[in-house]
Amino acid sequence: MTRAAQGKAAGRSPAEIFAASAPASQVARRATDRGFLALCLAFTSLAVVILAVLLFTVWRDGHERLTWGFLDSFASRKPAEAGVKAPLWGSIWVCAICALAALPIGVGTAIYLEEFARRSRLTSFIKLNISNLAGVPSIVYGILGLTAFARLFGTVSADDPITIGDPEGLLYLRLPFGNGVLAGGLTLTLVVLPIVIVSSQEALRSVPRSLRAGALALGATPWQTTWRITLPASIPMIMTGAILAMSRAIGEAAPILVLGVPLFIRSTPTNLMSDFTVLPLQIFNWAGRPQAGFHELAAAGILVLLAVLLAFNAVAVVIRHRLQKAS
Amino acid sequence: MIRGALFGCALLSIASTFTILAILLWQSATFFSMPEVSLADFLTGTTWSPLLGAEKQFGIWPLVAGTMLVTAIAAAFALPVGLVAAVYLSEYAPRRVRTALKPVLEVLAGIPTVVYGFFALTVITPFLHDRISEGFGTYNALGAGIAVGIMILPIVASLSEDALRAVPRSLRDAAYAMGSTRFDVSTKVVVPAALSGIMASWLLAITRAIGETMIVALAAGNLARMTVDPRAEVQTMTAYMVQIFLGDAPATGIEYRSSFAVATVLFAITLGLTVVGNLVLRAFREEYD
Repeated sequence: MTRAAQGKAAGRSPAEIFAASAPASQVARRATDRGFLALCLAFTSLAVVILAVLLFTVWRDGHERLTWGFLDSFASRKPAEAGVKAPLWGSIWVCAICALAALPIGVGTAIYLEEFARRSRLTSFIKLNISNLAGVPSIVYGILGLTAFARLFGTVSADDPITIGDPEGLLYLRLPFGNGVLAGGLTLTLVVLPIVIVSSQEALRSVPRSLRAGALALGATPWQTTWRITLPASIPMIMTGAILAMSRAIGEAAPILVLGVPLFIRSTPTNLMSDFTVLPLQIFNWAGRPQAGFHELAAAGILVLLAVLLAFNAVAVVIRHRLQKAS
Repeated sequence: MIRGALFGCALLSIASTFTILAILLWQSATFFSMPEVSLADFLTGTTWSPLLGAEKQFGIWPLVAGTMLVTAIAAAFALPVGLVAAVYLSEYAPRRVRTALKPVLEVLAGIPTVVYGFFALTVITPFLHDRISEGFGTYNALGAGIAVGIMILPIVASLSEDALRAVPRSLRDAAYAMGSTRFDVSTKVVVPAALSGIMASWLLAITRAIGETMIVALAAGNLARMTVDPRAEVQTMTAYMVQIFLGDAPATGIEYRSSFAVATVLFAITLGLTVVGNLVLRAFREEYD
């Protein structure tokens, strides 16, 4: 009878038999393995614990302030009366502008790079440049937005702006943009553009070559192939990436801060030139104050921000699910 | 026509890079042409006092030192923890645990940084003050550094995990067939094979830590000085920029202009690290197909 068979007769598992017959060095290596597994579990559960403590703290400090009144009042010097109406609407406006600008440009760039670009020095330079842009700190994009959008490189004086339309109406335009929602949205566009481009590229790359070959073989032009075949097939992944990018945009405070938006705003945006602030900036403002009342406001603001992010991700899941079913 | 429009979109990304460069260089040139500052003092000076006193001094090193201290603390926390978590997820974890843990990392990665700043102020720093040492004030480098570390942890973990999972199964099988334990396979086969990806994830995480703004503006403080004491209040490059852009310094004043010179240094450091990261990925990549 072999040793394995003996072991089986004694009701031991193969691993135990192996361990029992192993030389001393192997016993030591097994101990190392188990020790490392313990380290793994400790480090990984650390991440879970941190997330739990973070969410618990924010909920504990903020949930009492989370009322309809909080969502429907403007900032105030008295913590008891303050709310997030202005930053909430500001975030929505800025995010909408950002999505309207970043999606076409980002997906367009990805289509060019994946479907049309020839292998050339310029193409590889564009690709390298996009990966470098992803590493630029967001506060530096704020400086770009401040100079390019808010001040139009100083070509038009802010004291003597060119205006079109009625300042109270929806279609009001002013050059330079100043620190209005349009400047904010376009600045965030620059921040998230690399994310949109890279995720759209991955989405397009995941479409099988055979689909394109089939369309081209039927006589479709490259653009028809892209527009009718490749793009529809990659939309679920593109949308997922886009929502990830929008989540990033809605959480960004630094670039908006550099634009120099006013700290106290008691109105919601009415057009593209309206003054605004955003949720993360309002949270920053409240969290930086020493009084406990403002810390509760900051926590409640964080809860609102996290709820918006959660809604975004829920939408992403629904879109992915629907489109996967349809295709 | 459509091709041209798409090409235009692609060119926009190049345009934004060069516009950033042009703005930073032009504004820095204006700053250095002011009589009170010199480029040599800026690059070698160890006192940064642009707002206080009659004698303004612009030596960048205290801000760089503050940034490095916070980044080093964040890296010391996040790089090892992130790598071990990645090894666990890719080599050890049962599928059920993996599907439960991935969303935790995704949520951590999606949390806005200002929330981590609030966390540093209300949880980490009070904990350090009450449990570790009375020397930790409201603003300190360690609390901000840990918060930045938490922020970059999911970047390290998920990018390193991608790199580890890209290592072909056959390499692992061969090592297991030789009687290796999972620890042996992980440390002697999989991690070395994925080293370029791991290094790239580390460099990206460090770049993020250096450029992180809201956490340090809330929790690290506004005192520019050269120190390695983690209990000390320090000022990072980004925190200085926040201080200036939040303040009411006039747009033509020397303080306001100095923030553009600081931004140029920040941009140069992060761009340098990103370029190095790309080179590492290309130079040390192991090809298996």
